Amino acid sequence: MPVKGTIVVDENLCKACELCIEACPVHVIALSLDTITPRGYHPAAIAKEGCTGCGICAIVCPEAAITVYREKLKTPSAEAGGTP
Amino acid sequence: MTTMDLTKLDLVYQRPKALVDIYTHYCPGCTHGVAHRLVAEVIDEMGLRERSIGVASVGCAVFAYNYFDFDFVQSPHGRAPAMATGIKRVRPECIVFTYQGDGDMISIGTGEIVHAAARGENITVIFINNANYGMTGGQMAPTTLPGMKTTSSPKGRDVEAAGYPIRASEMLATLDGAGYIARCSLHNPKNIRIAKKAIRMAFETQLRGLGFSMVELLSTCPTNWHLTPFEATRWLEEKMIPYYPLGDYKIHPALVENKV
Amino acid sequence: MSRELWEGNEAFAEAAVRAGVQAYFGYPITPQTEVLEYMSWRMPELGRVFLQAESELGAINMIYGAACAGVRAMSSTSSPGTSLMMEGLSYIAGTEVPMMLIDVVRGGPGLGNIAPSQGDYNQIVHGGGHGDYHPIVLAPASIQEAVDLIYQFFDIIEKYRAIGIVMVDGSLGQMREPAEMPTMREVRTEIPDFAVSGAKGREPRILTSIYLDPVEEEKTNLRLMQRWQEIQKNEVRYKEYFMDDARFAIVGYGSAGRVALSAVRAARAEGIPVGLIRPISVSPFPVQVLQSAAQQLDSMLVVEMNSGHMLEDVLLAIQGKIPVEFYGRMGGMMPFPDEIFDEIKRLVKGPISLEGHPRDRWLARIQTVVNG
Repeated sequence: MPVKGTIVVDENLCKACELCIEACPVHVIALSLDTITPRGYHPAAIAKEGCTGCGICAIVCPEAAITVYREKLKTPSAEAGGTP
Repeated sequence: MTTMDLTKLDLVYQRPKALVDIYTHYCPGCTHGVAHRLVAEVIDEMGLRERSIGVASVGCAVFAYNYFDFDFVQSPHGRAPAMATGIKRVRPECIVFTYQGDGDMISIGTGEIVHAAARGENITVIFINNANYGMTGGQMAPTTLPGMKTTSSPKGRDVEAAGYPIRASEMLATLDGAGYIARCSLHNPKNIRIAKKAIRMAFETQLRGLGFSMVELLSTCPTNWHLTPFEATRWLEEKMIPYYPLGDYKIHPALVENKV
Repeated sequence: MSRELWEGNEAFAEAAVRAGVQAYFGYPITPQTEVLEYMSWRMPELGRVFLQAESELGAINMIYGAACAGVRAMSSTSSPGTSLMMEGLSYIAGTEVPMMLIDVVRGGPGLGNIAPSQGDYNQIVHGGGHGDYHPIVLAPASIQEAVDLIYQFFDIIEKYRAIGIVMVDGSLGQMREPAEMPTMREVRTEIPDFAVSGAKGREPRILTSIYLDPVEEEKTNLRLMQRWQEIQKNEVRYKEYFMDDARFAIVGYGSAGRVALSAVRAARAEGIPVGLIRPISVSPFPVQVLQSAAQQLDSMLVVEMNSGHMLEDVLLAIQGKIPVEFYGRMGGMMPFPDEIFDEIKRLVKGPISLEGHPRDRWLARIQTVVNG
């Protein structure tokens, strides 16, 4: 099962360049068309399930506007319920 | 869509501390921002903030000093390597780097950059190559490709009249004083990661006193190329990389075990 | 310290060394190359910074960097190199960091020649770089005077965060005279509070000459002007000779003033009541001195090794109260005492025409001198 992650985009910095949208391997980022930042942009944000916290969006972001989080990794044996 | 509780998650990435938390004047999608971020990440990771002095040049990054959280000076157009030389010679314990564009470094600044490299000045140069003069509205630069249209070559660069572009990394690598010269690109995640390693290597070169170091970063200019930020990354890959091949052009032998 | 025979250029360099200069960046150009050559061994010998730059353009920007880093930095050059440094001087002035330059002036314009002249006055004193700025410019007339001025100059320019220029002509750089060197001072280790040095335990500092907002740029310019007014009040330097009972006076600086002094002595020996006013600071200009002198004088003669640069500042100071005449040699020619003595006699004999500009009257006379 893929790891779950999420991102937080700083709306004061995002310029809606869409590089993160193109770069995201699971295509879960989109511009939030119902939000406008103080600078007049539609900021990028997670639009659907599937973020794995890979961080590739943060690598391409020219504004360093993206903070990336990922759920703590569980060991395979713990997941299966076996002895650690 | 379920929102996750951030307090229960691992932090994978956040913006580097050496970057001031401020909105920048760069165009949306301009890879100046990526270059700034990589330099700041490297300075954070190497713990160099309190020793760093940056030299801003003249171009889109003329206000670079507003974006980094350490000492900075402003040089005249093209003169940053000379100013950096003055600073490094009198404060050798500081980490001194310049941040220059292609018009600044390779047009008006050719004299200064060649001699800083030839002297083996222990400075680091971050060289942004986006094939035009961005700040002044997209004129032809020494790095503009043959046939490329700019506001001062409206019919496309005619090599008969305007000559050929200059490959700065290859040229400066011929100088014995150069310790590390690499050309990288900022057009996709893989190359951005490689670029960061090169920037790190360049600062290592300075720390170890191994001579002049430079990382040429092929960069996009969506506004003056009249392309969207993503289209600009495709144009860079298709058109610029064939003319400006990526790779290491000079590696001091002492760096070999840490080669990118 | 004993008096020794010093070549001018080397004496200027050693005086700066004694004053605690920490970095010298220069470039070869006649007639000041000896400054560079002397510094090339003297600075490393003392563990200080020396570098021959790729050009004067490189040199002035290296100074700019070192000055921003808070050390005492200087360069030396001659007229064509000074022109190349004008961009850097404007930036240094706009960033308000102090630095010292020695300009050993030669014949021009263009490549000219390597003979002595005073043709850089306008570009140095009236700011050849763009924008509103005023360097402090000193014009010594002997090697000892140059040594003494250079020795105190860093303290002066640091007080005002100003550019300091020692403007001499080629003859002063090349001649040999006895001079006594002052004692060696300790190199300063404290970092001035404007300097960049690595933001350890403090907020970052930014040194720039950019003020994108005109409101801020005007404030900066006002700040520079207020500092300039302070300098005008406190840093005027000059010397007067035989002025107590003088009815005629020569105004000349540097070597022109020195040659004029010989003419004045010769004239005095014949009973002519003539004196000499020799500005030592040409920027700030000794306006008051000239204005008070004008009250007792019948006329003045300005002597320069150019087409009359300081002449304009004298005319401005005198404001037409008395006739001002001009005598100049150009292109590397030095005036001789007998030429100036002839001018004094002409002044005394009178009457002096007030028609037109003294420069035009001189141009009419100089043809006879030049053509023999």
